Amino acid sequence: MNIRKTLSALAVSALMGLSATQAIAADSIKIGSFLAVTGPASFLGDPELKTLQMYIEKINAKGGVNGKQLELVHYDTSGKAKEAVGFAKRLIKKDRVDLIVGGSTSGSTLAVIPLVEKDRIPFISLAGSVKIIDPVKKWVFKVPHTDRMAAAKIFEDMKKRGIKRIALISGSGGFGKSGRAQVLALAPKQGIEVVADESYGAKDTDMTAQLTKIRNTDAQAILCFGFGTGPAIVTKNVRQLGIKLPLYQSHGVASKKFIELAGESAEGVRLPASALLVADKLPASDPQKPLLMAYKDRFETKYGPVSTFGGHAYDGLMIAVQAIERAGSTDKAKVRDQIEQTKGFIGTGGIFNMSPKDHLGLDLSAFKMLEIKNGDWTIVK
Amino acid sequence: MADQILQFLLTGITVGATYALVALGFAIIYNASDVVNFAQGEFVMIGAMSAVALSAGDNGLPMPVALLLAVLITVCVGVLLQRFAIAPARGASVVTTIIITIGASIFLRGVALLVWGKDIFALPAFSGEQPIHIGQATLLPQNLWVMGGTGVMVLGVHWFFSHTAVGKAVLACSCNRTAAHLMGINVGLMMLIAYGLSAFLGAMAGVLVAPITFTSYDAGVMLGLKGFSAAILGGMGNPMGAVAGGLLLGLIESLSAGLISSGYKDAIGFVILLLVLFFRPSGLFGRASVERV
Repeated sequence: MNIRKTLSALAVSALMGLSATQAIAADSIKIGSFLAVTGPASFLGDPELKTLQMYIEKINAKGGVNGKQLELVHYDTSGKAKEAVGFAKRLIKKDRVDLIVGGSTSGSTLAVIPLVEKDRIPFISLAGSVKIIDPVKKWVFKVPHTDRMAAAKIFEDMKKRGIKRIALISGSGGFGKSGRAQVLALAPKQGIEVVADESYGAKDTDMTAQLTKIRNTDAQAILCFGFGTGPAIVTKNVRQLGIKLPLYQSHGVASKKFIELAGESAEGVRLPASALLVADKLPASDPQKPLLMAYKDRFETKYGPVSTFGGHAYDGLMIAVQAIERAGSTDKAKVRDQIEQTKGFIGTGGIFNMSPKDHLGLDLSAFKMLEIKNGDWTIVK
Repeated sequence: MADQILQFLLTGITVGATYALVALGFAIIYNASDVVNFAQGEFVMIGAMSAVALSAGDNGLPMPVALLLAVLITVCVGVLLQRFAIAPARGASVVTTIIITIGASIFLRGVALLVWGKDIFALPAFSGEQPIHIGQATLLPQNLWVMGGTGVMVLGVHWFFSHTAVGKAVLACSCNRTAAHLMGINVGLMMLIAYGLSAFLGAMAGVLVAPITFTSYDAGVMLGLKGFSAAILGGMGNPMGAVAGGLLLGLIESLSAGLISSGYKDAIGFVILLLVLFFRPSGLFGRASVERV
């Protein structure tokens, strides 16, 4: 009996010792991540995870960071905020990661914020909502541009064309609702009047009723905020009704798919989008161009058409890696300070200049205003 | 204002015609077996997605062939669903069978996701996209296809149930399965026909509306729900009631979006549905059901 106890105790300690030595031998930098790789938001998480894996492999092949290999610890939230909290807890407590780059959706990011704030771990979010960094939270950063910036970019272009009254039509999903709120909040400050405020359901198949109402207002342009099929149907319906007003879409439909779905109706539609979408059309002088082309080629040779969401994962990972390099260690407080001091970092989403007051660090130049001509994007000067 | 109303009506009838076709599919299976087939929306999706897949690309089939094959594929899916999921559970209660159809709908959606991916697809319009003007109102040639197609199929289904021996045999199964069996009606075959016909109607709805509404692996969910509401509104056991319910629901949605508020149009549709159920539990055109003991 006694011998057996001793033996098992020995075995346990031997095992523990083994894992301890293993950990020392590996001595890697652990990057934690939770993404929506499956489920309804998988169009976000899937390219994000692929990008993280691809670039961590590349960095490791070149000798890692500060002489240490990077190790990715990833969990799939399938888009559920509740799962995200559980996984974030596991990343912090059990896997003891050095920082977290992840959170595909705003919901999962916002749910995790209290946890990372409490446990003091640097967290770079890949989600869109402006609420993530406004107000500023000490340990939380984000890299994708916000819907507030998209609205501001659209208003900037409208003012150039002398448009003062607009009709808004937005999807009833989270993206459309949040976009609508930003448009309504920002419009008065920009001297733009919203004369119609219509909405449609995410799976609605016909918006001519709403657009007929809009046709009878004195709006000078139509702004549609949403993603999925809705904006493409709105675009088709606008042309069907013979409405000649300029039509603006949000960055939510900034993909070739939108042009394919809306077909000829998409001609002349304007929308703000990340430069990644038009990488090959940028002038050679554009500072982002070399990086964008490199990322696009790398992603497309391995996985197929590039998406801006994968680009966010690149930005988040590289900001983290450079911060660790500058900090010279994985000390969480030092890494956090270095992320905050990111200056002039050229990413896929734009040129990042973070500060204690701005944990995103992008300005409106991160968005390009595009117009669809002959079934392709052109950059509006 | 009159022009606006005309536009709302045209929109309502187009949307309503789609709901009507889905509702008709619900009503046929319900008529034959008292079961609400929640995979009806998936028939619509499979029809549209197969048509897209068959006609896409440079090696795609010519449109009419692709459409025909897409409808055939969907009919096969409907028949297989009946044969391998519904028929083995024939001793089970109606509720159990309904739950099986819910499972089948999730399964079919999953298969579609694996086969075709998560993308949204468009089918080219059958005869161009040049809008037709009626006064100030406009509609697309495809809208006429939807309305016309629905009209033809509704009449066809009506004729099938009232003038053919097979149609009457299907109806007989719903009245009294045992008696029908004793009269020499092959009940199993009639069930296959009912599911095949429902799948046919779903697939037709799918290919007719896909050029207007686009399609994706989950496009059947909302259409199924709306079609079900329409069938309830019109009266579940009455195929023509289901059609009327579909058109009515489309008109209510479009008019409330245009005249009241687009944000509340679905809510208004469902409130009217609840009111109808409250005052006429068997739907607008349904017969009051009598529980036989």
